Amino acid sequence: MKNIAVIDYGMSNLHSVLKSLKKVINKNYNLSIAYSSKDIEDASLLVLPGQGAAHSCLEKLASDFPDLKTHIMNKPFLGICLGFQILFEKSFENDGVNCFSLITGDVKDFRSTIKKDMKVPHMGWNKVNQKYNHILWENIPDKSFFYFVHSYYAKATTETNILSDSDYEINFTSAILKDNIFACQFHPEKSSKHGLQLLSNFINWSEKLT
Amino acid sequence: MSVAKRIIPCLDVDKGRVVKGTNFIDIVDAGDPVEIAQKYDNEGADEITFLDITASHEGRNNILSVVEKVADEVFIPLTVGGGVKNFNDVRDLLSVGADKVTINTAAVSNPDMINNVTDRIGRQCIVVAVDVKKIDNDYIVFTHGGRTQTTLKAYDWCLECQKRGAGEILLTSMDKDGTKDGFDVEILSKISNNVTIPVIASGGAGNLDHLYQAILKGNADAVLAASIFHFGEYTICQAKEYLKAKGISVR
Repeated sequence: MKNIAVIDYGMSNLHSVLKSLKKVINKNYNLSIAYSSKDIEDASLLVLPGQGAAHSCLEKLASDFPDLKTHIMNKPFLGICLGFQILFEKSFENDGVNCFSLITGDVKDFRSTIKKDMKVPHMGWNKVNQKYNHILWENIPDKSFFYFVHSYYAKATTETNILSDSDYEINFTSAILKDNIFACQFHPEKSSKHGLQLLSNFINWSEKLT
Repeated sequence: MSVAKRIIPCLDVDKGRVVKGTNFIDIVDAGDPVEIAQKYDNEGADEITFLDITASHEGRNNILSVVEKVADEVFIPLTVGGGVKNFNDVRDLLSVGADKVTINTAAVSNPDMINNVTDRIGRQCIVVAVDVKKIDNDYIVFTHGGRTQTTLKAYDWCLECQKRGAGEILLTSMDKDGTKDGFDVEILSKISNNVTIPVIASGGAGNLDHLYQAILKGNADAVLAASIFHFGEYTICQAKEYLKAKGISVR
């Protein structure tokens, strides 16, 4: 039995993520909510959903999950939305906050870079451009629509980390992949059948990691 | 490149069942919320809105179980509204699987509620529903399901909602609602062109061209419709194909 630990730091749409994972896992998997470090030690897979502000998220994670970064580097990992953004070096949210620096690049405010008539948050369905073929994209056509809700965007600077990009007046990184770390800006748990397929692909991919 | 324009079917829920009726007369049971929501999801709905029309206080907990059951099976954004009074109501709906909650009367009677809720759980969760009626060339805000006239002008109120942290505005024209005569593109464009948050058009959809006009002339980010989808006149697929052929970006 493999345990998928979904990290709870009190401000994400945890329940939607749990419900969608429950839909795609088979009987060899067990889902649990992790409230502190000891809950993730034995987990086979880690999922970090996210909503809210980067600063308070990082503060809460630092106090409840002090060794989270080590676990992220050593277990199959899925980060969603804020759980994607905090993997970068720095977020300009809340006057600038240092993040996990697992992926090179920064997280910036759409409002500082796009025209005034573009609506922020970037909310709704947008195209995800796959940068290369991967098992994570199995049965998902290139340029499929996924559901986004965010005001800050990330841009990865190491080309090989970019699994997909998207455009909202400017081009930004919408999914990254590095070793055992997979994360996306959009919400697979709210992206209908392609979203469920991606979650299912994540489980399949994790089984192939050595 | 922008986001796709959203098509949102709206379901009225009474005591845990989806109901449909014309102008509030002959309300009939239309079935199981989970089955109907699944059908819309399969047809390509971009979001589903549930409006709780349960009149009795005792019946109000039913909406929570409806949302919970739907959220187990349908994986697109779910918006829920109707009778939401305070922070606890919002929290309860989000905790059973709603992604967004619409507030209407409570926002007008206590505008600080918008700030309080969005500060605590983020602006993406809160949709302020604004019901408007044209009176002497001004669009005036109504509350209590359209029964109570306020002194608020629609334009000013929408700007205030945005300033207080609302994530979206659901703008319903009471003059057009139920007429199947088309959306009120005048007030739609006035609001949509002056706020920086998405505006959802509601009230008046009678055919697919109405959806197109709400987007083209009204500059709506999303269109909400009930009867044209419930009574099988059009499927969501047909609406998407129609808009796509007109050059509108849809999923």
